[in-house]
Amino acid sequence: MLGLPGQASTFAERIDTLNYAIFTVTVLTFAAVCTTMVVFYLRYRRRSERQVTERWHPPMELELAFIGGPLVLFMAWFFIGYRDFVWLHDPPASALDIYVTGKKWMWKYSYPEGPNAVDTLRVPLGRPVRLLITSRDVIHSFYLPAMRVKQDAIPGRYTETWFQATKAGEYPVNCAEYCGLNHSTMIGRIVVMEPADYEDWVTRARAATYAARSDSPGPQPTLAKQGERLALEKGCGRCHTVDGTSHLGPTWRGMYRGEVKLVNGKTIIADEAYLTRSMMDPMADVVAGYAPTMPSFQGQLTAAEVAALLEYIKSLAGGRAL
Amino acid sequence: MSYLSEGTSVRSWLGTTDHKRIGVMYLATTLLTFLAGGLFAMVLRIELLTPGPGLVDAQLYNRLFTLHGMVMVFLFMVPAIPSVFGNFFLPIMVGAKDVAFPRLNLATYWLFVLGIAVALWGMVHGGADTGWTFYAPYSTTTVTALAPVMLGIFIIGMTSVLTGLNFIVTVHSLRAPGLSWGKLPLFVWALYATSVIQVLATPVIGILVLAVFAEVMFGFGLFDPARGGDPILFQHLFWFYSHPVVYLMVLPAFGIVSEVVATFCRRQVFGYKLVAGSTVGIAAVGFFVWGHHMFVSGQSTFDAGIFGALSMLVGVFTAIKVFNWVMTLYKGAVHMTVPFAYACAFLYFLIFGGMTGISLAVVSLDVHWHDTYYVVAHFHFVMVGTVLMAFMAALHYWFPKMFGRMYNESAGYMALVFLFIGFNGTFMPQFMLGNMGMPRRYFQYEEMFRNLNVFSSAGAALLGVGFAIVALYLAIALLNGARATSSPWHSRGYEWRTSSPPPVHNFDGPVVRLNEPHDYHQEDDEEEVARGHA
Repeated sequence: MLGLPGQASTFAERIDTLNYAIFTVTVLTFAAVCTTMVVFYLRYRRRSERQVTERWHPPMELELAFIGGPLVLFMAWFFIGYRDFVWLHDPPASALDIYVTGKKWMWKYSYPEGPNAVDTLRVPLGRPVRLLITSRDVIHSFYLPAMRVKQDAIPGRYTETWFQATKAGEYPVNCAEYCGLNHSTMIGRIVVMEPADYEDWVTRARAATYAARSDSPGPQPTLAKQGERLALEKGCGRCHTVDGTSHLGPTWRGMYRGEVKLVNGKTIIADEAYLTRSMMDPMADVVAGYAPTMPSFQGQLTAAEVAALLEYIKSLAGGRAL
Repeated sequence: MSYLSEGTSVRSWLGTTDHKRIGVMYLATTLLTFLAGGLFAMVLRIELLTPGPGLVDAQLYNRLFTLHGMVMVFLFMVPAIPSVFGNFFLPIMVGAKDVAFPRLNLATYWLFVLGIAVALWGMVHGGADTGWTFYAPYSTTTVTALAPVMLGIFIIGMTSVLTGLNFIVTVHSLRAPGLSWGKLPLFVWALYATSVIQVLATPVIGILVLAVFAEVMFGFGLFDPARGGDPILFQHLFWFYSHPVVYLMVLPAFGIVSEVVATFCRRQVFGYKLVAGSTVGIAAVGFFVWGHHMFVSGQSTFDAGIFGALSMLVGVFTAIKVFNWVMTLYKGAVHMTVPFAYACAFLYFLIFGGMTGISLAVVSLDVHWHDTYYVVAHFHFVMVGTVLMAFMAALHYWFPKMFGRMYNESAGYMALVFLFIGFNGTFMPQFMLGNMGMPRRYFQYEEMFRNLNVFSSAGAALLGVGFAIVALYLAIALLNGARATSSPWHSRGYEWRTSSPPPVHNFDGPVVRLNEPHDYHQEDDEEEVARGHA
């Protein structure tokens, strides 16, 4: 109805009713205003050019109704919508994390199990999927019309959104933020698969990556493994331990999703956004008790490398609930 | 002697400090910019007739929608109503001989022309392809030349501030004896609120434009993350100005409709205080809703809640106005004319434009609609639908006063029919396209969007025909129209208490304002009317 694509996510099912309700009220309001004006026009036609009209001050109740009516209605809509919006920003702990990177003019996906994909995003049916989104150049916006989900991809930081697919099939992926010459062809597709098919695909994709690389024996490393190797290369261990002991910087063990006390007295949850910001702009939120000595890795880590490091740090979360 | 016959040399026009002549020069200038912006839109609509590449290539398409947006927003919508009708009527309404600073007013006009020249030169010569929002880091890394465009917009921003200052001082210091704040015409209230926004918000876009300029020219790295900048900071600064700008366009439009409705219902607008108060309310709350452009930028849920709820208040203020305009017909003496028909069309567009705005402020729904054609359709309903309808209402309402001539009413109704059907044909399908998930600023699109796009382009063609008719009969009226009396609508608005066209100093003698504007509750006192009193 109204041209909305078929609902393919739990979020779409939550919000579409409100859309139809507002549309209906709009049409009814218009009809009411129109009728009133026509009635008034027919009843109060001007009879002479210099007709004098009687002075009539609006009663207080009417003015209050003009204020109160729309106020109550609009605020009710707002609160329903806001509740859904908050729900959209609170992914379930069981969600599958997929990293999404936009670049002029394509979408790239990295799965925690290792495989990468371009343009086509494959997700299992019925399981919450959390997307961690960034960009390599300018701002893009990752848009899944069938899921009613959209999130800007911003260079230098991670944003997140999530959805749970409710119908297997193929749906379009668009870029919604204008990003230059080929903005309108920066399109991909999302394939919602039965969970067993999805597991099959992951296994095959890992094997295929392995087969293509004759020089590296063994199965394709997971993102966390890649992150571990990267941490070694970049020398993260010179300041950060992974065994829970404190060194020049805070330990990575149990850091993810933990509460971090900052020098400015605030407390912050160490989520992906915070960890990314700490790599790119370390002075923004320094952890209490540590000297502000960390250099910025802006321009030195690619989006994919940041994703690998994040997965590594997440793998060190220990028994902490994700 | 009327202001038109006071001197007819080119010099007497270009160097005039008469606010009426400056208003007329602004009218000519902004009509030209409107024509340019409209022609760009026509090329866009022709290109979008087919899903694939057609008339123009992607690069030119991107430049054209940038041109269309920048010209329409910065060179037409923002300046048009205040600088044309504000300049012409604000001093007359408050009973003054001119604005407070007439020479500054002239200088402002020429700065405006300079700004247009610089911006247009930059747009045509280097061809900015950033969209009118010029988001960083795209705008700071694009190969097209943005710097001259930025400079032009900076200069035009300056003229907004100067005009705003001039109006504020005029309203405060040049009101005729007897004209208290409670008697100000609603159009003056609207211009006053607009001027406050102009003075407070425009410097922010000035700062932003200079910062982008510095980033492009000298590599400052304020907004580009690759150089340590913050692209979200850009969006905050941009929308802190560019959201109030919407109210800066729409408040004068509200003022016009209040005047037109009062005249043709022969009543002061129902709930005058509530309407004036909601104008000030929109101006105030309008400063704190900018974040609703950034719901999917990674904004926190807390911020989204505040910005969303405040946006609803703007909707409430607007709804109050709609109800009061409708109620003005009650116990009035209503008669249909071309300006009143435009005001009715305005109400129609405001209801649909406003309610779709409310639905966009419902944050969960905005996630789907953000940056799609739904948003495009919404803001065209508000900016083109309501603001332009009000502009047309003003043009037809005040044309006899400004030029002393009457136009052909039948031609006026015919043009309105074309414009009304054209607007709906153009933008109704775009709501559907947005629902379907077609993002904006798309050079190519998928086959499933084709029919609605063709429909939309057909509507745009009707719009073009409508405007051509308007241009034609107004030109004929200008040369050949019947002479207008001092108040052809029998209005008791203050500006009608002088001859058409007004004399050089607006009134033939000293002015006092005894009654409220649009006081139709007693017979005209012919003697007072003849003396320009009200």
